[in-house]
Amino acid sequence: MGLINNINKAFDHRIRLGIMSILMVNEYADFKMLKELLDVTDGNLASHAKALEKEEYIKVEKSFIDRKPNTKYSATPLGRAAFKKHIEALEKLIGK
Amino acid sequence: MESKDYIKDISDIKEMMTRSSRFISLSGLSGILAGVYALIGAGVAYWLVINSGREYLILNGRVFQLVMLDLILVAVLSILTAIFLTNRKAKKNGEKVWDSSSRRLVFNFLIPLVAGGLYILIILNQQKYGQSGALMLIFYGLALVNASKYSIGDIRYLGYIEIGLGLICAIYPGYGFWLWVVGFGIMHIIYGTMMYFKYERK
Repeated sequence: MGLINNINKAFDHRIRLGIMSILMVNEYADFKMLKELLDVTDGNLASHAKALEKEEYIKVEKSFIDRKPNTKYSATPLGRAAFKKHIEALEKLIGK
Repeated sequence: MESKDYIKDISDIKEMMTRSSRFISLSGLSGILAGVYALIGAGVAYWLVINSGREYLILNGRVFQLVMLDLILVAVLSILTAIFLTNRKAKKNGEKVWDSSSRRLVFNFLIPLVAGGLYILIILNQQKYGQSGALMLIFYGLALVNASKYSIGDIRYLGYIEIGLGLICAIYPGYGFWLWVVGFGIMHIIYGTMMYFKYERK
């Protein structure tokens, strides 16, 4: 039963899983890039990003480029470690 | 939760990691065609030089201008073909052609290529044209290696080969023409064919 405990509830959703996967291999991603890759609505993406931010798994930087708001997301070291653990747990569960 | 869901999770993770960091819809067919254009272009250049009455090229002559025009035509045709075929393939893969991964690919490809291109133009202006064939191969190879981080990895090997050919060309500038034919013509055809059979013919 110990294995199940390593499954992280924070990543137990397609969109949150997607956000983390993208941020693991990219230094950062902006809102538009995440939206295009995950094929989700603005509101949906914003609320899932917020949930990950609350856990301090991702960092959000808001800035303006040509007076247009630009939101940059990146994974925190804590988020990276948690996600790695989550993947390992998934792989073990499959391997059973 | 069933383990089926976990398998899907893992494959989703892998797919997102690849799709968000690498542009995979480069067309192998466009590599083959680029090689064919290069061979035709090289044939035309050979014919131009042979028929000029001299065995070698002189800068600022009419023949030289025609050879340059020939080179530019080969480059433009190759790029247009690549854009057209890659566009078609990306559509089939459900991948956006101009997204952050392809932008990064093009940008990283262009840095060594533009720097090298400008450098070659500068030294051509200084009448030092003996090494231009070698430099074209080397900078093109570096551009490929640099771009390979953002696409399927195989491009890297093509890049290594082009750099190697460029260095050989630097030692034996007399064979520049034939090394150019091998690097831009034959290697493109071999690489494009391999890509086509590996990724496209499914």
